[in-house]
Amino acid sequence: MNATRVLFDEPGPRGRRRIAIGTLLVSLVILAVLFLGLRTLSASGELALAKWKPFWQQWAVKFLLEGLKGTLLVTLASAVVSFPAGALLGVGRAGRQPVVKALCTGYIEIFRSVPTLLLVYVFLFALPGVGLNLSIFWKLTLPIILINAAVIAEIVRAGIRSLDRGQSEAALALGMTTGLSMRLVVLPQAVRLVIPTLVTQLVALLKDSTLGYVVSYPELMKQANNLANNTKLLLQAFVVVSAIYVVINFALTRLATYLEQRIRSRPGARPTAGAEPGVPAGGPGAADALAHDVPAALAPR
Amino acid sequence: MIDVLTENFGTLWQGVLTTLAITALAFVGAVVIGIVVAVFRVSPIPPLRALGAVYVELFRNIPLLSLLILVAYGLPYVGISFSLFTTAVICLAAVSGAFACETVRAGINGVSVGQAEAARALGMTFTQSLTRVILPQALRTMVQPLVNIFIGVALGSSLAAAVAVNELTYAAQQVGNRTAESMLLFLISAVVYIVIALLGGGAGSVLERRLAVQR
Repeated sequence: MNATRVLFDEPGPRGRRRIAIGTLLVSLVILAVLFLGLRTLSASGELALAKWKPFWQQWAVKFLLEGLKGTLLVTLASAVVSFPAGALLGVGRAGRQPVVKALCTGYIEIFRSVPTLLLVYVFLFALPGVGLNLSIFWKLTLPIILINAAVIAEIVRAGIRSLDRGQSEAALALGMTTGLSMRLVVLPQAVRLVIPTLVTQLVALLKDSTLGYVVSYPELMKQANNLANNTKLLLQAFVVVSAIYVVINFALTRLATYLEQRIRSRPGARPTAGAEPGVPAGGPGAADALAHDVPAALAPR
Repeated sequence: MIDVLTENFGTLWQGVLTTLAITALAFVGAVVIGIVVAVFRVSPIPPLRALGAVYVELFRNIPLLSLLILVAYGLPYVGISFSLFTTAVICLAAVSGAFACETVRAGINGVSVGQAEAARALGMTFTQSLTRVILPQALRTMVQPLVNIFIGVALGSSLAAAVAVNELTYAAQQVGNRTAESMLLFLISAVVYIVIALLGGGAGSVLERRLAVQR
């Protein structure tokens, strides 16, 4: 935000005139593009009210709500399992026991470099061949859990690393064992530091749940597909569900930004946390992650 | 088992090449979009800033699969259609561009205020101070986040399989289906993705060391 104040002075008369002209020109261009877009849309007839109305009918709304329930169920189940599992993996990698550390590191590095869809295909096409045939829900949710546990492990580890070393040193000086100091002192604070990133990770989980489309689990995406087949209104059906996704994810992203600002404005928060490029403090967006990626701001490779 | 690989090597190799092509093109596109939109977001012109904000909020919140389906199967209804490959590149670049924008913006915000003030004190304009003072320094801190975006693009490109783009995941699934060696093929694909991620990470580390300020 402050960059906007930094890169240019409070404009003088000429600057203000330039900004006014720029504003006018840009507004005109935006309006022209919007107008052309709308004209293309209406020329194709896809904008006609009759093609959107079906989605307000009771059966369609019920259909979509059903999908929303599926989406939330998959997201919630993935979060409930992968958050604690990821925390354990992260602690294991940050700890000192060499065998545990190697195992956790191996798991994390492998699973955060594999696409979710590929793992879903493994559960869908390969594992039934060797006798492991899960329900459709788990064929979708288990791959998401396996991959996100690795991503969350890295988030938690970054939190542990960004915590002041004095905390664990003080705990050890009080006679706590390393395990005890991790459990009682380090982990609670580290988790609190990365809560905004974890909220952002919920967005990633929600996006991953769209793979229900591939495995035919009735979440929003699959329901949109069914709706498109029933109504023959594919474009409209997917616009509607995309809008639903954007609204939910926007709310979650906002929540993450709010939490991050609150944590950073708290007294005692380390203001230097953003100085090293590995810590989730490089601005509200820096902690974001792509649908299928490693957490953007966490870098200790 | 080995027969499966030698007989279908062509298909699989084609898949690897397509994945690499999608990844490379979409990543370059994402970086370009990211820089342009980030400049929009810090520019003094309010509508440009709003445009940048809307772009970011829209594309970082829409699921990639949803966008892929909309562009691949929805847009032809309004008379706009691209090849499946182009669709994958456009969607991946558009979504990753929103994340790249936030990375660039965080990088710009991370440059110390004194740098911008000094540039202005020397009489540089907005564009000059941005391109000659702020961005070169911002890019240095952005290497690691951009590597993560690169890996995200590589992994995200697998979603193109869901709209039948013939890339690695799709090829593995198809060949696996034909030959009943799914497990082996998925394992090999996973290794290829891991190698791509490792190479990306390695290139990032080298770049970071090259760009580091010598003190």
